[in-house]
Amino acid sequence: MSLHLIKVALIGNPNVGKTSVFNELTGLNQQVGNYPGITVEKKQGICKLSDSIKAKIIDLPGTYSLNASSIDENVVIELLLNKKDEDFPDVAVVITEVENLKRNLLLFTQIKDLEIPTILVINMADRMKIKGIELNIMLLEIELKTKIALISSRKKTGIDTLKTMILNYQNLSTEPCLNASSIEPEYFNNLRRAFPNQLLYKLWLVITQDVNFLNLDRKEIKSSFTKSHADLKRLQQKETIKRYQFINDTLKIGQKIDVSKASDFRAKIDRVLTHKIFGYVIFFGILMLIFQFLFDWSSIPMNFIDETFADISSFVKQQLPAGEFTNLISEGLIPGIGGIIIFIPQIAFLFLFISVLEESGYMSRVVFLMDKIMRNFGLSGKSIVPLISGTACAIPAIMSARNIENWKERLITILVTPFTTCSARLPVYAILISLIIPEKRIFGFLSLQGLTLMGLYLLGFGMAIFSAYLLNKFLKLNCKSYFVIEMPSYKIPMFKNVGINVLEKTKAFITGAGKIILALSVILWYLGSHGLSDDFNNASQIISQQNKDKIVTKETYEDQLNAFKLENSYIGYMGKAIEPLIRPLGYDWKIGIAVVSSFAAREVFVGTLATIYSVGSHSEEESTIKNKMAAEVHPKTGIKIFNFATGISLLLFYAFAMQCISTLAIVKKETNSWKWPIIQLFFMSGFAYIISLIAYQVLK
Amino acid sequence: MQIHSSELKIGQSATITAVNIDEIPLKLLEMGCLPGNKISLLQVAPLGDPLYFNVNDSHVAIRLETAREIIVTKDLYQ
Repeated sequence: MSLHLIKVALIGNPNVGKTSVFNELTGLNQQVGNYPGITVEKKQGICKLSDSIKAKIIDLPGTYSLNASSIDENVVIELLLNKKDEDFPDVAVVITEVENLKRNLLLFTQIKDLEIPTILVINMADRMKIKGIELNIMLLEIELKTKIALISSRKKTGIDTLKTMILNYQNLSTEPCLNASSIEPEYFNNLRRAFPNQLLYKLWLVITQDVNFLNLDRKEIKSSFTKSHADLKRLQQKETIKRYQFINDTLKIGQKIDVSKASDFRAKIDRVLTHKIFGYVIFFGILMLIFQFLFDWSSIPMNFIDETFADISSFVKQQLPAGEFTNLISEGLIPGIGGIIIFIPQIAFLFLFISVLEESGYMSRVVFLMDKIMRNFGLSGKSIVPLISGTACAIPAIMSARNIENWKERLITILVTPFTTCSARLPVYAILISLIIPEKRIFGFLSLQGLTLMGLYLLGFGMAIFSAYLLNKFLKLNCKSYFVIEMPSYKIPMFKNVGINVLEKTKAFITGAGKIILALSVILWYLGSHGLSDDFNNASQIISQQNKDKIVTKETYEDQLNAFKLENSYIGYMGKAIEPLIRPLGYDWKIGIAVVSSFAAREVFVGTLATIYSVGSHSEEESTIKNKMAAEVHPKTGIKIFNFATGISLLLFYAFAMQCISTLAIVKKETNSWKWPIIQLFFMSGFAYIISLIAYQVLK
Repeated sequence: MQIHSSELKIGQSATITAVNIDEIPLKLLEMGCLPGNKISLLQVAPLGDPLYFNVNDSHVAIRLETAREIIVTKDLYQ
């Protein structure tokens, strides 16, 4: 029997556990990518239904209805309207949850109007008893003209029933469950007459919103059937009322709720978590705990990784025959890879904590608590989500700003988010802090290094807020201020969801950043160990010449030779060329190279220094990157290169400068213009230069 | 008596009698903020804004200015 693939689209409101269902169906058998041309995450996976039949499951972005208000929601209708799309589903699975069935069914009735075979999933069935909810599934199936799978992704029940339903999708009814066009019969009858071959609801969606619908000439429909914006909205309201009437009538007979059992657990917790004092205390407590943990807790695996890579490097050097190739591996590739791997503990931990905050439903409460305060700075309460997830990576953070309804608030959020301390800054901070801040504890438990790190995070947030304030003053944009946020019920985060999320994000980050770091470290190694000039090629003679009147040990001689070679290599020339510009900030040319190369991505800093110092070092016994940095002294004065003033100046530079090409690219995409990323680049980097200059000159 | 939903006290419930659809986002309508449906005020954020309502069994927070566009009648037994 040939292999048959059924295409299944998962559709549902946010917060109904759609991702859990997706994870249950596909396990780890999933891929995350992007929809072509836009940066909306596209998740799909394979689910085995029987020996010969598999299903391709597409997890569409969460949406409240088919009236799209963001590009994420647009993806849903564009797919469902376009029969020619390769992912056009054979069957739509609409996911709802027991407690919000009424609202969730609105989307279901819209999907039914598209006349696609549709299965209704009612999730979180395990909560029915506690909530005193009873459902008459048979009756609901008749009224809604569908098959219903009552499942609990938490308790893992009902998934097999769903799989069987998908398998038998051809038996599903494609009949709509209500006649929505009765809200204005005359208008819709004309529409039907003009386009007899098209589905009425599809036409209506094309008229009311901005979707690319390939098979239809939009202009043709628009010109003869357009109405004013207000009229259309009035009709949409009528349509919504009509749908709710149907849903209410259906649930009246199909659902029984014992009100006495409905203890409002959510309201009780909300009274504490959104309390005018406790709310903030708890929020800042959580943040502080996380930062303290982040530094203390992740330093153990990080040190281990650092040392392991130093060991591997020296092992490779000893085992392989000496030569160019061995040097490339031991001095270029291995420190480069080490510079990536060392990120994993901190990045995974950050993604873990953001994922838990989102999954539990707590993030919405923070949005609620912070909205009024944030509005003083031209931001929205919803800006909290990008600002917090910006601590992992600015790229997904900037994309999450799409939820902000008001364009001005959204634009300001996008522009200031890169100031928050992303995980790429972490290794830079970590290594610099461990070099210049003593390992002391205050009150016996607060580590001074941890506090410094927290200070840098606060500095990032502070700068984001401050620049938002400035932008709010100078940007002249008039936008209607809409703000709607759902407060989902509290849930204990599911291990599987959080685990998969952390795994996916970390993997994407490491491979993305990894490619750049790997390529750069090889290039840097080449530039650092090759040179054009006569000085470079005749290095050994020149050094011998210099030492001819002195007696030097072999070690000193090699030290001098390596230092001389590095200075006269390609990279030495480049470094020397920019030295006048960075000298006032307290950096030598090696740091300069690291700073310049991290304009592609910040995390390159540590890897670059590792590569440069490996090329420059002579010792057989490889030490860690940190030890190498600590040992670096100025060749003439003998002062430590990474002293307090230089360290602080570097920390401040990395805190403020825009050094991430991927972020600039995403800002361009999200704002649809080069103007904003260019302003961002010059404002942030210019500011960073001035602040670092002042800091170094004051502290030195 | 008709009042704005923003004038409700915490814990009070009411029935929506009218909404100004020009000033209210469609998303809120779709969550069930429609004439005839129940609404109750659950929480007010520390600085008096936004407001956290239960509308038609949807738990949702909106800003004061939006809440002013929703006209309600307080339930009698309160």
